[in-house]
Amino acid sequence: MTDAIVIGAGHNGLVCATLLARAGHSVVLLEAAEEVGGMARGLAFGDGYRAPTAPFAYPLDPDLSRQLDLAAHGYQAGTPVATVALAADGRHLTLHEDRLEGVDIPAEDQAAWPAFRQQADDFLEALAPLFGRPPPRLKDFSSADRNTLMKLAWKIRFGLGRERMYEFLRLLAMNIYDVLDDGFTDPRLKGALAADAVLGCQMGPRTPGTVMSWLQRRFPARHGALSAVRTGAGNLSDALLAAAQAAGVQVRQGQPVQQITVDRSQVTGVVLADGETLSSGCVISALDPRATFGCLVGAPALDAQFAQRARQIRGEGVVAQLHLGLRERPAFAGLDADQHGQRLLFAPDARYVERSFNGSKYGEAAAEPVLEIALPSMHETELAPAGHHVMSVNISAMPYSLKGGWDAHKAALQEQLLDQLEGLAPGLREQVVAAEFLSPVDIEARTGAVRGHWHHGELTLHQSFMMRPLYGAAQYQTPVAGLYLCSAGAHPGGGVHGLPGKLAAQRVLATGGAA
Amino acid sequence: MKLEHEHFRQALQGSAFLGRMESLSNTENWASWNGYKVPRVVDKLSTEYFAVRSGCAVMDLTPMEKYRIRGAGARAFLDRLVTRDLAKLRPGRVSYVIWCNDEGKVIDDGTVFQLGEQDYRLCAQHHQLDWLLTSAVGFEVTIEVETHAVPALAVQGPTSCSVLQQAGLEGIETLKPFDVKELRLAGAPVLVSRTGYTGDLGYELWFQPEHALAGWDAIFAVQGLYDIHAMGLDALEMVRIEAGFIMPGFDFNCAESTVRAGHDRTPDEVGLGWLVQADKGHFTGRQAILAARKKPLQRLLSKLVVEGNKPVGEAFVYAGKDGKQVGEVKCTTWSPVLKANLALADIECQRGELPADLWARFDYQRELKWHTAWARCRAQNQPFYQPQHRGLTPPAPY
Repeated sequence: MTDAIVIGAGHNGLVCATLLARAGHSVVLLEAAEEVGGMARGLAFGDGYRAPTAPFAYPLDPDLSRQLDLAAHGYQAGTPVATVALAADGRHLTLHEDRLEGVDIPAEDQAAWPAFRQQADDFLEALAPLFGRPPPRLKDFSSADRNTLMKLAWKIRFGLGRERMYEFLRLLAMNIYDVLDDGFTDPRLKGALAADAVLGCQMGPRTPGTVMSWLQRRFPARHGALSAVRTGAGNLSDALLAAAQAAGVQVRQGQPVQQITVDRSQVTGVVLADGETLSSGCVISALDPRATFGCLVGAPALDAQFAQRARQIRGEGVVAQLHLGLRERPAFAGLDADQHGQRLLFAPDARYVERSFNGSKYGEAAAEPVLEIALPSMHETELAPAGHHVMSVNISAMPYSLKGGWDAHKAALQEQLLDQLEGLAPGLREQVVAAEFLSPVDIEARTGAVRGHWHHGELTLHQSFMMRPLYGAAQYQTPVAGLYLCSAGAHPGGGVHGLPGKLAAQRVLATGGAA
Repeated sequence: MKLEHEHFRQALQGSAFLGRMESLSNTENWASWNGYKVPRVVDKLSTEYFAVRSGCAVMDLTPMEKYRIRGAGARAFLDRLVTRDLAKLRPGRVSYVIWCNDEGKVIDDGTVFQLGEQDYRLCAQHHQLDWLLTSAVGFEVTIEVETHAVPALAVQGPTSCSVLQQAGLEGIETLKPFDVKELRLAGAPVLVSRTGYTGDLGYELWFQPEHALAGWDAIFAVQGLYDIHAMGLDALEMVRIEAGFIMPGFDFNCAESTVRAGHDRTPDEVGLGWLVQADKGHFTGRQAILAARKKPLQRLLSKLVVEGNKPVGEAFVYAGKDGKQVGEVKCTTWSPVLKANLALADIECQRGELPADLWARFDYQRELKWHTAWARCRAQNQPFYQPQHRGLTPPAPY
């Protein structure tokens, strides 16, 4: 009998387990894979190459970093990067936080950019009570919930002030396409921001609510700049593992969980794939809520409507990944040598982003997808053999349910992508030594993320805050007593900030779940 | 020739027995029950009522929603669906059940028949396919609508057993209440259950479509002083109130079709708390029902005997004459057999108890002139009418 069992040693599972162990509880952390890290870990491919699953991320919640003493456990923050909006003709535009850099940038855009960024940060400040804390319940709320709602209302009304509050309320449910069209003229800038608002989700910039999804993604920017995630020495997963072990968490790798056992709505433990049974009155799942409820708990142990709603959580993976091992650094037309370490985003205009998304609704892969390109070996030479490089590309609008199936189309799509990349970095094809193309189906198989969705459920308004992942299971608790959620599927969602893990642990402690 | 796709031109459909009913009908007083054309009154209300209470009434039961539930997971599915512990249910037995939504509010009631090891029939007042399919997720089970495919008759009243014996149903006398068994009638197999909605001795006959009319004819061919009459919905309404049976959707709102918050009801609030067996394992609504039970009961659908003989009709219920309004009457009937005004009323509780002194205020007409009346009400837990003969096996012969 353990005080608590955490399922899934992704960064959120590690964070949650460590915090519970530090609070004095005996904790077992079960990971299906041989390596911890989940979607934040690196993957080996080819002969001596290693690529990140998530190449760029905002940093971990700084309080959490301090609390877990991650520096002492070897964690090194990644290198901050700027986003380079690639243009087909090589006239790229770089988005720095305070200015735009590049040729032919309209003066009005140059002037509007800092104000636009500032406005976003003001809005995020107003929403801060929602992001950094458990989302408030709207029915039967506690004093903490009341507090959160009052802080939120205060910050929106008085923090923003009358004028900006109106603007905030106007923009909140809007689509990013219209907002960008109102504010800017440069297609490269609009394309990059539109892509940022929808990357990882099955949405186009004209989908309502994409202003909100952009803000949600940007929220951790309050704590630090977007950085190249470290995959080799100093990576987050290893540091979190060390912190977990130092705190006394019993980490068991290669131990897939078969079932979460429940007796009349009270969790009793887990059964492992090899038949071993572990007892605990507290189980915290860092898996996708659809897997947690649908596979591990199972509909029969839940009320019928709740089980149905859990099945209907929206979240279709639409991003494929291409990892390339290259014999030398590729040369993107129009980029300096050191700019190759930045985040390269190919989304030449907002319409391009919308058009690339269109087909995904019908199970078609985009002929001209948005590309998010990383060269992690620019920051960590150890990821490739000496002199070689690793390129990691996130490709948008590659639906999980591809018409005709992935097996039939994968090879052709890889060729199409290499052609597209060759156009941006001439000579690239000649440099390729190793290639690995991961469809959302492959990503699901490797990481367990249901339907290969990065965020364990789409970041839409109807699946956010007190409705994430679904009502009845917000605030990290579920209808099953003792069963908690701590994955990106819980509030505040995806990213590598660790907040779902941290807030879930707080919830477990506050409700006496692991006692 | 009528085209298949023109079925919508027909406002109401007919069961296998409609032709026979039409030929017996002297009133042409028809109603829609789940889209079927059924009689309110076939000939005379009092005749039909007394057929149930002292003779044999025959009613078309085809419009009752029927679902066939089969598969290795059928029992587990039903256990998760209904609030009652089905541990005692076995092939050849029937159980009265209710089922609730996640919030522990009653969706509908019905009867579940176990026909084989992995073979069940669920009969319900209202259409339930969407709810059954929602509940089927995660179970190895198939659900088939067989409302139209199974023509059914209710044969109810003290002489019903004798009538069916006379009609040729051998072995019917051995059926105990809530038994179901395949017997033979008019040379064909028929499924017979000792169940009903009248509170009297009675049976329900479930036919294969091709044998339905032969079954009807065999019953109506029985000679002798058995007082056999076809019955409509109006007489059924009288006898079911006497028997204290509630009707979801009429006496209270069914959970999944209720729009306004608080207008749906828990099992305890409709007096069916005895059907909730929370220890049996998980079922939908279990936690919500247990949570609600931590608070005092808020309201109760109560059986009331209203003093006097003025027709009650629609009425409010008050705590004390001229006191606070605490509820409303949902259905009433004059009971000829008890010589009493009966009502089911939804009444607010005070600290978990019904107010002691209940009064109904209602309006009634005498020679086109309206009057207001107050009448004292007496709440009771037991059914108003529970004749001894209804439970005897074998039933008393006539």
